[in-house]
Amino acid sequence: MSPAVRAYLRSPAGMIGLLLLLAVLGAALSAGWLFPRDPLSLAGRPLQWPGQNPRLPLGTDNLGRDIASFIFHGARVSLLIGLAASAVAVGIGVLVGAVAGFYGGWVDDLLMRITEAFQTVPNFILLLVLVAVFGSELSVITVAIGLVGWTAPCRLVRAEFLSLRNREFVLAARGLGMRDARLILGEVLPNALPPVIVYASVVMAVAILLESALAFLGLSDPNIASWGNMIGAGRSVLRAEWYVSAIPGLAILVTVLAFSLVGQGLNDALNPRMQVAA
Amino acid sequence: MRRLGLLALRRLAQSLPVLAIIMVGLFLLLQLAPGDTVDALMAQMGGGSAEDAARLRAAYGLDAGVAVQLGRYLLRLVSLDLGQSAIYGKPVATVIAERLAVTALFMSAALAFAFSAGLVLGVLAARRVNGWPDTLISTLGLVFYAIPSFWLGLMLIVLFSVHLGWLPPGGFESVGAGLTGFARVLDIASHLVLPTLSLALIFLAIYLRLMRASMLEVMNLDFVRTARAKGLPEGKVLWRHVLRNALLPMVTFVGLQFSTMLGGSVVVESVFSLPGLGRLAFESVVQRDLNTLLGIVLVSAVLVILVNFVVDLLYARLDPRIGGAA
Amino acid sequence: MTASDDRSGAGRGGLNRPRDDTAPLLSLRGVTVRLPKGADRGFALQDVDLDLAGGEILCVVGESGSGKSLTATAILGLLPAPRVRLERGAICFEGEDLAAVSPARMRAIRGARIGMIFQEPMTALNPLMRIGRQIEEVLEEHAREMRREDRQARVQALLQEVGIPDPPQAARAWPHELSGGQRQRAMIAMALALEPRLLIADEPTTALDVTTQARILALIKDIQRRRGTGVLFITHDFGVVAEIADRVAVMQTGRIVETGPAGQVLNAPQHPYTRALVAAVPPLRPPARGPATFGPPVLAVQGLEKTYRSGGMFGRRRIVHAVRGVDFTLRQGETLGIVGESGSGKSTVARMLVHLLPADSGRIALEGTEIRGMARGAFRPLTRRIQMVFQDPFASLNPRRRAGDLIAQGPAIHGLPVAEARARAAEMLALVGLDPASAGRFPHEFSGGQRQRIGLARALAMQPAVLVADEPVSALDVSVQAQVLRLLADLKQRFSLSLVFITHDLRVAAQVCDRILVMHRGEVVEAGETGPLFAAPQHPYTQSLLASVPGRGWVPPAGEG
Repeated sequence: MSPAVRAYLRSPAGMIGLLLLLAVLGAALSAGWLFPRDPLSLAGRPLQWPGQNPRLPLGTDNLGRDIASFIFHGARVSLLIGLAASAVAVGIGVLVGAVAGFYGGWVDDLLMRITEAFQTVPNFILLLVLVAVFGSELSVITVAIGLVGWTAPCRLVRAEFLSLRNREFVLAARGLGMRDARLILGEVLPNALPPVIVYASVVMAVAILLESALAFLGLSDPNIASWGNMIGAGRSVLRAEWYVSAIPGLAILVTVLAFSLVGQGLNDALNPRMQVAA
Repeated sequence: MRRLGLLALRRLAQSLPVLAIIMVGLFLLLQLAPGDTVDALMAQMGGGSAEDAARLRAAYGLDAGVAVQLGRYLLRLVSLDLGQSAIYGKPVATVIAERLAVTALFMSAALAFAFSAGLVLGVLAARRVNGWPDTLISTLGLVFYAIPSFWLGLMLIVLFSVHLGWLPPGGFESVGAGLTGFARVLDIASHLVLPTLSLALIFLAIYLRLMRASMLEVMNLDFVRTARAKGLPEGKVLWRHVLRNALLPMVTFVGLQFSTMLGGSVVVESVFSLPGLGRLAFESVVQRDLNTLLGIVLVSAVLVILVNFVVDLLYARLDPRIGGAA
Repeated sequence: MTASDDRSGAGRGGLNRPRDDTAPLLSLRGVTVRLPKGADRGFALQDVDLDLAGGEILCVVGESGSGKSLTATAILGLLPAPRVRLERGAICFEGEDLAAVSPARMRAIRGARIGMIFQEPMTALNPLMRIGRQIEEVLEEHAREMRREDRQARVQALLQEVGIPDPPQAARAWPHELSGGQRQRAMIAMALALEPRLLIADEPTTALDVTTQARILALIKDIQRRRGTGVLFITHDFGVVAEIADRVAVMQTGRIVETGPAGQVLNAPQHPYTRALVAAVPPLRPPARGPATFGPPVLAVQGLEKTYRSGGMFGRRRIVHAVRGVDFTLRQGETLGIVGESGSGKSTVARMLVHLLPADSGRIALEGTEIRGMARGAFRPLTRRIQMVFQDPFASLNPRRRAGDLIAQGPAIHGLPVAEARARAAEMLALVGLDPASAGRFPHEFSGGQRQRIGLARALAMQPAVLVADEPVSALDVSVQAQVLRLLADLKQRFSLSLVFITHDLRVAAQVCDRILVMHRGEVVEAGETGPLFAAPQHPYTQSLLASVPGRGWVPPAGEG
């Protein structure tokens, strides 16, 4: 593993991403300690510009909420939803993709038609349907985002399995009398995982963007401090106090950028271009 | 041509089960939704007895078994009966048809811009790998990919509509101006500039990265070495041999990404008050108009299938290896 | 030989040096190419000197990594700059130093005065451009005064000359519509379009079947004779060298270790490296074998069939009879060879024997037990009795497992306690000539030959009665190949193994096999004892196969070590 770690440390994109991610993580972890009050509560006179009031470094929004506190608490929400939703998406994707790719034949046909059905319905519209039917509590939103995002990792895993299952080392293991479960978990999966790990960072970025879009439209859980929610709230004062929407948007940008860069670093580390052997 | 015809038939046949799965999925979702049509009606009427409810259920056929209901539902969908829209008081099909043109125009503009700009930037980046144009373009790509489209839309409105006053902040065309002909075209175009930019930027980033990677990969293939060994100048090698081959994955991606783009239109149309399908989807969620929402799902799925169908045919035209097994 | 020995003045040519007819067509002096930092050696090429006269075929021969292909790339100025570049040296071609000319001048020479053919005909042509167009492109670029009709007529004439049936049709075809051999002919037509004085061929027949290879070699030789083209022919195969070369240059790790006329280098090599290489080439004549003393049958196959169907609704339905009615019996201690070209069905047979592929019909009796159609669970215990060795030493070992685990895995699956399985793995490593201490290393830390030994150890750890080896030495360099074959023979003797040996290489088959089946398009066309079969082949296909082996007339001198 150490050459991979070294390769990661040598990737500038990966290092910048890691630093940004650590910053977001730091904000999420320190939120409760730096801003013990409820970020949704009234903190002062509404619409104070950033820098105007030293007690409220990023100012207040049109509902009088402390923007700085909201940003820090929002980091928690974004990371939490990002991690949980992509765990759901990657979990389903790996399971379905592995079974489809390993067994092929009619199993593959059936599973791929279902995957295509999910892919054919635009993901955000499917998300709207799920929210409309099941409500918008945090847990529902998280699972729903996972449910609309599993197809890409699934296709990736399936493609890897399809190419690996007839590789000679897998045939050799089968020739030794190995059972399917062990073949899948012990021989194929470890070799199929690197691109999936890289892709997981993209899934996380997409999950964060999807949640913020839902919150922006006012369809996410109203009881959590979501960045998208504040951007939406700022719309009504966009002409004069545009900072209310601008600041949380920058927070999303930095977080998504962090995940993309980490993904690129992982790619440099796990899939080097000039890798000679397998 | 026979090759393309066969391919077209095969593709259409393959999409039928997908459509069927979607319809069954929608039906199951409806079953899972808390409350049914009758509950909604009763709520509108201000409540009623259990007998009234049972009578209504029988009238709507909701007392039949799940399988029977599924059959009826599918039959209705196949005959393009998407039900009645609760908020508009019109058939869902009519409501959707009224909104389709705006979305189609908006999608085409965003797709065309993202594809062509991504292509040009990708080629420029790949020509000088790791040179400064490449670094600049690749960095921009990463940043573009991280910008939420709705936020970008708002910021563009602040800059171009509020401060500079160059472009309208929303709507599809100037209402009540009574423009016709070319003036109207220009008017609509000016309304579409900001929404197109907002939606397309993420996809531009994706296409640019894909095109760059694809160019780099093709440049390492044997036939490019053959082209160089023929003594072709670098420009011709790139144009004739690399570019066309590198374009193939891009074309595939248009099909794959179209569905995501259509989903993205929901937020952007809401930001810019564009009267399209996406905004309709948002409104129907807010108004709890499930019939309309499911109708939109079905129509957008059909749109995605159609676009993919066209993309497949285009791909087969570009690549002689597809379709006719030799 | 035509190459002049006095070439000291030829190397340092200016840009427009007058043509000197006594000078060789091409001469390399002190050509040195540095590799980027972190490569396994500092230089890809070191002080390479070569001379090629017009109308001569010079074979540059060497094992993988010797720098032979890079030599060709360097001549054409196609080194992968900026990572790899020419450090010093002169490449004198028709009086010009190619190492010093401008890129524009180099382009004018490439394709027009130097033609090139590559190894992989499958990938060397642009898949999105018609064959005729790709050939025409050369004319367009270098003969600008030519009119369109003339160009197209010329394309037809070229396709005719390289022996493609129906040139008009071939010119309109896409690359994927032609067979490998025909594509290589199209490549040659492209390289010859402007009658270059020099043709560089980089392993042009390595990816082809032996009968196709024979025809392409004949074509190249014919063109060289008719047009007086100088040919720089790069190959790893001494058989090909014997078939085609006028002179030979032997390369080892970036240096030329020996040059000379073909007869001398092949039959009386001077340098120890050349001697070792030549000695490693298996002779085509089978060694004399004593009367057969084999045990009872361990594997009996009858009427084995496998058919592939593809395409469904709306697609063109294709049915391929991969294997048809194959019968054979393998006795204990015997080596049975299955030889054939690609697509003959030999590998399909191998996979059906070890239950990696279900057979459609027929019988496979392993030590008296019928295994065809057996459920996978029921067959599992029998994997101890029949094991397989694969072709690709890179793909056949899981890159994430240590050598010791790879070998111990099999016995452990069948219930051997882990400690004992590990002990057996160590024992097996020693058996195949590897250090048991290397059990903790990962596959990428071993060389190709060593990996193939690990694959062998993995199979032997199961203590099988039958070993199925599918092209076990085809991916190896000739010297490593000889070592692995020796090891295989030794192990077979010690454990009285029975071996099914799949190969496309008749030289290897002649040395290894007791009996041989010749397969062609899924059927066994001839079967018999190796000696008689090689001496007097009966079936026309076997005859053409044997007649196609490059250098069949040459008997490699036996080496002393």
